[in-house]
Amino acid sequence: MLGHEFMRLALLAGTPVALACGLLGYFVVLRSQVFAGDALSHVAFTGALAAAAAGVDVRIGLFIATLAVAAAIGGLGGRAGADDVVVGTVFAWILGLGALFLSIVTANRSGSNGVAGVRVLFGSIFGLSAEQAWLAAVIAAVVAMALIAIARPLLLASLDAAVAEARGIPVAALGIGFMCLVGITSAEATQAVGALLLIGLFAAPAGAAHRLALNPYQGLALSGALAVGALWLGLVIAYLVPTLPPSSAIVGVAGAVYLAASLGGRLRAATTAG
Amino acid sequence: MPDLGQLFDYQFMVNALEAGGVVAVMAAVVGWFMVVRRQTFAGHTLSVIAFPGAAGAALAGIPVAWGYYAACALGALVLSPAVRGGRSHSSESAVIGTVQAVGLACGFLFVALNHTVLNGLDGILFGTFLGIDAGQVTTLAAVAAATVGLIALAARPLLFASLDAEVAAATGVPVRALGLAFLLVLGLAVAATAQITGSLLVFTLLVTPAATAQVLTARPAAGLAIAVGIALAVTWTGLAIAYYSPYPVGFWITSLSFALYVLARVGRALAARRLRRVALA
Repeated sequence: MLGHEFMRLALLAGTPVALACGLLGYFVVLRSQVFAGDALSHVAFTGALAAAAAGVDVRIGLFIATLAVAAAIGGLGGRAGADDVVVGTVFAWILGLGALFLSIVTANRSGSNGVAGVRVLFGSIFGLSAEQAWLAAVIAAVVAMALIAIARPLLLASLDAAVAEARGIPVAALGIGFMCLVGITSAEATQAVGALLLIGLFAAPAGAAHRLALNPYQGLALSGALAVGALWLGLVIAYLVPTLPPSSAIVGVAGAVYLAASLGGRLRAATTAG
Repeated sequence: MPDLGQLFDYQFMVNALEAGGVVAVMAAVVGWFMVVRRQTFAGHTLSVIAFPGAAGAALAGIPVAWGYYAACALGALVLSPAVRGGRSHSSESAVIGTVQAVGLACGFLFVALNHTVLNGLDGILFGTFLGIDAGQVTTLAAVAAATVGLIALAARPLLFASLDAEVAAATGVPVRALGLAFLLVLGLAVAATAQITGSLLVFTLLVTPAATAQVLTARPAAGLAIAVGIALAVTWTGLAIAYYSPYPVGFWITSLSFALYVLARVGRALAARRLRRVALA
């Protein structure tokens, strides 16, 4: 299996991306910002199609769009974080813009109707070039290290903003910085698992970790490990079953992990209660 | 200035305007309660789940409409234990996100298994407003009458349960049953709307007019009326503009409604500043 170049590149790019998603996801879930993360992954879709419509490198559109919206979401909400209704309203408009760019892209390339959009929406981790894979790996590794560097103050700011502020932690700036990390990861991960499935790597491993782990640092590590594990297992399954798209396999495994964790958590609660 | 009468010359435009009107009223009413209940993420997830429903039905060879309704009803049932309304909890958003991702993963799998769906994928995701026949308009009107009727029947307890679940429960309002019933009605509305606007853009008509109305007034009757008015105005205007322009209907409807939302926010901020100045003077 590892004899294939596409498989090695998928592992090379996918492992750090999954690790970054898992680590960020732990805080995304802790801060109840899964909806914002979802919005950012759709922003990535619009950004990529905008770049395709304008004829520039897709990655430029991805990073500009996600970073701008991430800063807006982080900054607009103030201390409480952006309201779900505000996120939803902005999000709806961004989907409309995506529809516009998709129509421009498909009008320009007759014959490939829908395929460009499908690639951005659902990703193709088995179709990465060596250069794309290395870039994804480096960016994701940098994001993961940046997150670990701010993990302590971010944890305090997420759990109790007032206490964190009293201790001199810049809570608002941390919130914006964190959303920007989520934005960068969305832009990069979109190319691997696609804009629509990214939410699975943010929400499912982190949700499982929150159910299972006892302390935050355990949870953070577990969330990263589960995300990487889901990606590996998903890639193997997709390799063995060629009709199964890799992104569906990865998200399927992540969802199964979450289901098992919540059932296990309920069982444990039942046995301790009984 | 193009000739506006031309809009009604074609039957497909008349059907689109009728269907758009029905969808706008239904989405605005259900969406207003969705926004009050702070269930926008759940609403978005239900609308996204319509996509695997449609793709799965196409794969299984059954009518696509059944797929929309089945998927949205199933989604509402799965989400209801997790979504309690009120302020979102971290575990709640993780559940909704996971459900959405798994739904989409299934949808993509169905698309991969059945390549004929691929050509219609843009339609499933972004809608085919201009290909509606008269039968679909009738079905839509029936669904809209049912959803708006159900909401009207339960409006008072639903509003009470949405604004303060604990007090409502203490006074004997069946909060949990109402929550499940509301999600099912939301799923029904979403499934009917998604067939026309596509599963990504149904969300716009649910959230944006309602959010704009809530910026302008906190009173339920006035808010509902404003939401319906905005939804009708943006849908019809969007359809008319799209008829004369090369760009898709979805883009015009989302942009018009977002512009109104921004205007409402700016207007309210200005009004608040003037009030403060008057109070200081």
